[in-house]
Amino acid sequence: MTVASALAIVLSLVLLAIAAWTIAARQTFAAVVGFVAYGLLLSIAWVALSAIDVALTEAAIGGGLTGVLLIGAAARLRADEAAVSAERPGAALRWLAALISAAVAGAIAIAVLSLPDPAPTLAQAAAEHLSVTGVGNAVTAVLLAYRALDTLLESIVVVFALIGVWSLAPDRVWGGHPGPLHHADPNGVLAYLARLLPPIGIIVGLYIFWIGAELPGGKFQGATILAAMWLLVMMAGLADAPAISRTWLRILLVAGPLLFIAIGFAGALTAGAVLAYPEGYAKLLIKVIEAALMPTLTLTLALLVAGAPERTARP
Amino acid sequence: MSFLLDVFTVAAVSAGAFFFLAGSVGLLRFPDALSRLHALTKADNLGLGLVMLGVLPRAGGLLAALKLVFVWLLVLFASAMVSQLVARVARRGGSPL
Repeated sequence: MTVASALAIVLSLVLLAIAAWTIAARQTFAAVVGFVAYGLLLSIAWVALSAIDVALTEAAIGGGLTGVLLIGAAARLRADEAAVSAERPGAALRWLAALISAAVAGAIAIAVLSLPDPAPTLAQAAAEHLSVTGVGNAVTAVLLAYRALDTLLESIVVVFALIGVWSLAPDRVWGGHPGPLHHADPNGVLAYLARLLPPIGIIVGLYIFWIGAELPGGKFQGATILAAMWLLVMMAGLADAPAISRTWLRILLVAGPLLFIAIGFAGALTAGAVLAYPEGYAKLLIKVIEAALMPTLTLTLALLVAGAPERTARP
Repeated sequence: MSFLLDVFTVAAVSAGAFFFLAGSVGLLRFPDALSRLHALTKADNLGLGLVMLGVLPRAGGLLAALKLVFVWLLVLFASAMVSQLVARVARRGGSPL
């Protein structure tokens, strides 16, 4: 047994143990901490499988952003937690849930184990036609050229998710500022962190976005870092979240997907198919789409964490 | 030369791993939040610093080596700040959540 396979086995066992612990944890907050640790370990597993793009996304979105959202949810639910956990469902219902979950896990395991060996793959075809797209990172080529439709729908779905969060606002604060107003000591640690880190974080975020065409990286990972920097500034009380009725905000939120759709339909005229790129312009158009999606994703991800409007808009 | 570098890498990374182990033991065994934080941040700073130092000769270029140093500095900065924030909450006697 090589060192690498020993490491893989240990990593898989730890992942399974944390997953089991997350399910078994009685306290919501403990379960969320387990989930975040699970996400970070999972991204190490992706690195071990040489899937750096997936690892970056898992660390940024799966562990980071989802973790923050769940912590926020756990904090909101804390007041009712004792009452909710007191009314546990009956034994029959819990056994049924366990049985169905085990059946789903078993079905997936059988499906994975009965895959032909070597597994069917399009990796070779994807790599062969990489030069046509002009980008050097096969993952970016898949996301924005071969399977651009998936990415287009994905970028629309996150905006819908944000509208869903906003719609939780009571009528009187509709159009107002998301979340509570944060107060922090202007000379304190948090304010210092929020002044020093964003310049570095913005450069790293933009770098990860730009390098995505050639190496692992891309708009989602870059946008998560930019969103985190913005949230840090908001939480330190240095800047307030914008009121959701702001016109510039709404324009930026839909600009990315709209441009994507426009370029997609333009492809029907210039390249013969919707979401196809005319020859020689693929890389340029891919970067234009990614650049337009960056502000949309940054705003959406940050405002998802900021939450539903809670304060009326100041003029 | 290459053998000496190997020895250096193994020694530094092992020392780093030892600090991580010591920090984890401290996190689990120390009695209160402040001493647990103390154990944790020392492990992060020294452990990661030594691991970084160990892999530095293998970075394959000045830029990659600088990136490694930069990663260490960022973790130093983040762990110092976060431990301050956690310690503040702990001193006020509130639970973090």
